[in-house]
Amino acid sequence: MRQLISLWQAGIVFGTVILFGSTGEILSEKGGNLNLGVPGIMYLGGIMGLVGSFYYERACAAAGIAPIAIVCVLITLVCGFAAGILGGLLFSFLTTTLRANQNVTGLTLTIFAGGFANFFGGSLMKLAGGVGQISVAATSAAFRTRLPWLSSELGVFSETIFHYGFMVYLAVALAIFLGWYIQKTPIGLNLRAVGESPATADAAGIPVTKYKYLATAIGGGISALGGVYYVMDYMKGTWDADGGIERLGWLAVALVIFAGWKPKHGIWGAYLFGLLSWLFFYIAGLSRRSSELFKMLPYAVTVVVLIIASLRRRRDNQPPAALGLPYFREER
Amino acid sequence: MEALELHAEREHPPAVFMHGITKRFGSLVANDAIDLTIERGEILSLLGENGSGKTTLMNMLSGIYAQDGGEIYIHGKKARIRSPKDAFTYGIGMIHQHFKLVPVLSAAENIVLGLREGGLLNLKTVRARVREICDRYGFVVEPDKKVYDMSVSEKQTLEIVKVLYRGADILILDEPTAVLTPQETDKLFEVMRNLKADGKSVVIITHKLHEVLAISDRVVVLRRGLFVGEVPTGETTAQALTDMMVGQAVSLQIARTEPENMTERLAVSNLSVRDSDGVLRLDDVSFTAYGGEILGIAGISGSGQKELLEAVAGLQRALPGGSIIYTAPGKEPTELVGLSPRDIRKLGVALAFVPEDRLGMGLVASMDLPDNMMLKSYNNGFIFTLRKPPRHLAARVVQEFQVKTPSLKTPIRRLSGGNIQKVLVGREIAGEPALLMTAYAVRGLDIHTSYAIYNILSEQKQKGAAVIYVGEDLDVLLELCDRILVLCAGKVSGIRDARNIKKEEVGLLMTHLGEEKTDEA
Repeated sequence: MRQLISLWQAGIVFGTVILFGSTGEILSEKGGNLNLGVPGIMYLGGIMGLVGSFYYERACAAAGIAPIAIVCVLITLVCGFAAGILGGLLFSFLTTTLRANQNVTGLTLTIFAGGFANFFGGSLMKLAGGVGQISVAATSAAFRTRLPWLSSELGVFSETIFHYGFMVYLAVALAIFLGWYIQKTPIGLNLRAVGESPATADAAGIPVTKYKYLATAIGGGISALGGVYYVMDYMKGTWDADGGIERLGWLAVALVIFAGWKPKHGIWGAYLFGLLSWLFFYIAGLSRRSSELFKMLPYAVTVVVLIIASLRRRRDNQPPAALGLPYFREER
Repeated sequence: MEALELHAEREHPPAVFMHGITKRFGSLVANDAIDLTIERGEILSLLGENGSGKTTLMNMLSGIYAQDGGEIYIHGKKARIRSPKDAFTYGIGMIHQHFKLVPVLSAAENIVLGLREGGLLNLKTVRARVREICDRYGFVVEPDKKVYDMSVSEKQTLEIVKVLYRGADILILDEPTAVLTPQETDKLFEVMRNLKADGKSVVIITHKLHEVLAISDRVVVLRRGLFVGEVPTGETTAQALTDMMVGQAVSLQIARTEPENMTERLAVSNLSVRDSDGVLRLDDVSFTAYGGEILGIAGISGSGQKELLEAVAGLQRALPGGSIIYTAPGKEPTELVGLSPRDIRKLGVALAFVPEDRLGMGLVASMDLPDNMMLKSYNNGFIFTLRKPPRHLAARVVQEFQVKTPSLKTPIRRLSGGNIQKVLVGREIAGEPALLMTAYAVRGLDIHTSYAIYNILSEQKQKGAAVIYVGEDLDVLLELCDRILVLCAGKVSGIRDARNIKKEEVGLLMTHLGEEKTDEA
């Protein structure tokens, strides 16, 4: 039982990182931009959130006052989100305005941002004194604060459902809200049209370029929150250049396909992916070799889902028809 | 300024006045200082050959392109149309040849697309207004039907309702009848008359003369980007319009000779084909094609024409029980089912299929002419490809078909649609096949080239080839072919002698399965 709960909790934590990443990516892909830079954008969110909180905590320490929890959280979120938006804007500028190939741009963005983040992660360590790890203890503690009473008094519910910081619930709320927004509002409808057929959207008077920029930039911001959560909760406010963010970032990209471009399916999908990523840890007697097989599970599941989805050929579960394609009005 | 004075004395300025409109694509002048007036409550035909600049001109009115020179006045006021959205605000709505609809959305969702950004989607009021518009002009639209479930004619109706919903009083229809049956065309014309009676201006872009004469009040003719003239429809004839359109008197005659030395070339029996979705596309099709005749295939688009030709060419798998026997001149009959496309090609079977988007099949857009020619001969030569023959072939096709291209090295996608098609058809005919199958060979081509192609097909027939011609224009099918096979929903609804059948009868066969009686001699 303990084992199960522990696996569940670990799964939710990883699932939340993946969920942020995929929710943002769904928004971007609904507008027709296949942003493979998501793992990179999550890196950017993680490192910039860390930089923001690091400087705030250092300033507090220099002034001799205790950091205020709410300010810690806000600075971190704003820095992370803004970094994600910049990443999304960069991607949009290259692909929408300059019409560069989306796949190449996205992969480049991921490679670039990984290096960028690890470089600044290293620099922070040096700033922090050169030896050992940096740590933004106050911010990380604020991120990991649980709900009072609910997280302690409800027995197994407390341990499985209310065991986490606010970001876990924010991720679910965002996914539900975004799914509703895309389906039920005129802006959502217009965005879907842009992703399905930009020429049609254009002829209908929808500003295609604006929609693509906004969806990708805001999507980038949401994805970046996944990086923030990873650093502040899972890493407890430290930096480690082990590539963990990137691994989860690719899972987020896979999850978009798994969820059939529907944020609400992304929620349970994310937790499933999270659980599957930790499964190897909780199964007794695995060798190094066989544990790698278990780590492969989320990807294997995605492949299976892709096969099933393409066999069923439901028109409503297909990717946006113009996904990954550049659009230029006067193209002949 | 002169323009404003021109209409100053009129009580009602015209709905649209386009003055000195010029549009260039690179070095090509698509529209050269064109003047055009559209009155209220009239149906105006914009007539011209392919590439004459009709669609380009209207695309500027609807905000798809921006003009390089000239002014547009809407109801006497100078208008700045920079985007489709601007066009809506001036009450201009265009129904494009390739429908601008999102397949995964419903009719109602497509209608409100881009209309507003605030609040929530309220499809209930949309449905009510759609119903109101439908009742007024005599349409039928199901608001909740997904576009991917709609027929071509339903999609077109939806497009018209969409622009009316947006309050358009100037409607532009770009070749609206290209995909319709004669019956559906009549229904469309009925709607257009209703619109006109309601005081709306309707522009129909077309190159079909009989439609111009049937529906419009006035005709404006363009040729090679230039304004040629305008006439009231009542005061002109098909021949006069053709001369204006083409610039010289042409005789619209297809040299149809009596079939000679008919030998059985292709015997198809009980052929059925399923597509990748498992839908039955061809259902128990049987027919015979002879050397020395042209067999026309008519049918609403998507009735199985493509699958039939592809099955013969080996690109579609025939279901068990079907048989396709091909007899090359002076050879033993061969069963084609089960052979690879390459083997079938080697036997002398050629397929020139011109898809709706022209580039979808048979040509590679970013390759130049010789390379595209080489697609059919890439495996000649030892280790290295032979580049010379395709280059000669390309040069010959360019010359014989008068393909307009800057050079042989130009990527195909830079050519205009008509020229791309000439390359495709030219390549297939050049092989002097014993069985030549063409589908939509003249789709979108100008009259000159179309007739050139008809006569080339006739020549092939006289040389003894069996020609199978899938076409859209029934008038041409009746004039060109010796026999006509009509497909309806994947079945043969009749095979008739083209010399003794009326267009209306073919139209009926296209929509209803006729009694399975064939008059094969």
